[in-house]
Amino acid sequence: MYRNKSAAGTALGIGIAVAGVALGSILSLKSGKRRPSDDAPGFTARRGFGDYSVVGRTVTIRKPRAELFTFWRDFTNLAQFMENLERIEVDDVVAGSATWYIKAPAGRTMAVKTQVAREEPGKLIAWRSVDESDIDTEGRVTFEDAPGERGTRVSLIIAYKPPLGEAGRAVAKLALREPEIQARHDLKRLKMLMEAGEIATSARTAAQTRAAKQERAA
Amino acid sequence: MKALTWHGAKDVRIDTVDDPEIINPRDAIIKITSTAICGSDLHLYDGVIPGVKPGDVLGHEFMGEVVDTGKDSTLRKGQRVVVPFTIACGGCFHCKMQQYSACDNSNPAEKQDMSATLYGQPMSGLFGYSHLTGGYSGGQAEYVRVPFSDVGPIVVPDHLEDEKVLFLSDILPTGWMGAENADIQPDDTVAVWGCGPVGLFAIQSAIVMGAAKVIAIDHYPHRLELARKLGAEIINFRTSNVREALMEMSGGIGVDSVIDAVGMESHGFAVDNMIDVVKQKVGIGADRASALKQAILAVRFGGKVSIPGVYGGMVDKWPLGAMMEKGLQIRGGQTHVQKYTKSLLAKIEDGTLDTTFLISHRLPLSEAPRGYKNFKEEQDTWTKVVLKPGLEKAA
Repeated sequence: MYRNKSAAGTALGIGIAVAGVALGSILSLKSGKRRPSDDAPGFTARRGFGDYSVVGRTVTIRKPRAELFTFWRDFTNLAQFMENLERIEVDDVVAGSATWYIKAPAGRTMAVKTQVAREEPGKLIAWRSVDESDIDTEGRVTFEDAPGERGTRVSLIIAYKPPLGEAGRAVAKLALREPEIQARHDLKRLKMLMEAGEIATSARTAAQTRAAKQERAA
Repeated sequence: MKALTWHGAKDVRIDTVDDPEIINPRDAIIKITSTAICGSDLHLYDGVIPGVKPGDVLGHEFMGEVVDTGKDSTLRKGQRVVVPFTIACGGCFHCKMQQYSACDNSNPAEKQDMSATLYGQPMSGLFGYSHLTGGYSGGQAEYVRVPFSDVGPIVVPDHLEDEKVLFLSDILPTGWMGAENADIQPDDTVAVWGCGPVGLFAIQSAIVMGAAKVIAIDHYPHRLELARKLGAEIINFRTSNVREALMEMSGGIGVDSVIDAVGMESHGFAVDNMIDVVKQKVGIGADRASALKQAILAVRFGGKVSIPGVYGGMVDKWPLGAMMEKGLQIRGGQTHVQKYTKSLLAKIEDGTLDTTFLISHRLPLSEAPRGYKNFKEEQDTWTKVVLKPGLEKAA
């Protein structure tokens, strides 16, 4: 999957921005020919997914579906709540091609080029990396009305091949850069940003925020 | 600024730390005029709550003057405010149901994992109460940063001095919600375990809510005397058989509602094996568990059990059979402070509730470590300590 060892190393720095398994196989967990044994989301399955790790997480956000979809579809917004994402440059708005600049350990930055693979306005955005990207990756976010006044259920599914296998994954987890943890935290930050208008921090001074600390570490 | 900081079990100090700053748009900075030591601060003092780091500023009962505001704060400089210990955004699913202490958005994302592992879902943010609940700097300091200042702080009128309104920050609403959770009906007999500040306010609230009889249980004579002055009958568990007494005092029915305002420090935030370690070291786990166990047995069939006392982990020998067979309703929870501040402020103003009787000691902030020590060791007479950063200057 990775072109060289250094690319695999920097992959430790990837948060929810990166995934690396065929999207079709994720989708098939829900709607494929094989009848699922229960109604639980595929990514909660106890069985493994071969070489790939599948990460999924849902949050309910008290905002209309259309508003959340529009916010996400403007990929430049993602850096506001994805902690390991330095910035996204949109190369073509309509095609949804973009370059994700991801913070990697030791102050390095990694570029991942993606394009939108499938889009259903107000409901779903799926993306995957293009050939010239540093990493092969895919992901999908869906927006679904929650019951009553509860807002919108936002589900993010990404799949990725753990860099350097299980050992790499363990190291990444220690550094809290493991995609599952990062996805969980990033979605919470999105929820805070949309519902509260700001992302909670317990820092006492501006210099003590996580962003400031990461900047100094970089 | 000067602040009371945690350094380890039984080790709190006054340190000089960085002044707080406005970080988010809805923040405000409050200059503290009065701040109290809470019974739950003693859990931190005893070192039984994990996730406290050396240098953390403690304190979650505080009030003061607004000295700076973020652009989305609705407060104005110079206003006097009391600040709820529960940090709540006001706009999430739980806040919209007035379940403010379950706010989805106040505990920083990266701090939510530990409590989510313990409880299934994460806790919300609290001031000065370990990194499990956010790691927010508390109010036993000269200044504090208050997030979501447009939702939490309540502006208090100038004619009400600090000591009349300070306890709106935690213990008065906590006692009130403790009584509310006991679902008190006019003919009810209510038993309250623990005559600390929350227990005493629960007793007072139960009487205001119209309970026919309130029975207070403790072993500190002075605290029991305070309960009696509020209108409760009292049982000293050192000298009387509590369950037998409660059966007799409720006419052989069992009490209608029970309120556990004791909590179970020795069990703290711990998983099974940790409990055993703590129990061995401290040796009081079983004793403390017995208050709630006793309450479950004392309450009548179909009765109501309210738990404002703080619990964190797991408990041995829970009387599950009694709970099920008797058809009990059990309610707990951190206090939804923001839900109660307005109505309780009105009850303070019109004289329905008085909170000043509780205060036994007033100290300058610099003497906070002595306040902790004595609040812990002299519980009979040190019923409530109020710290005043301004006292230093006056002296």
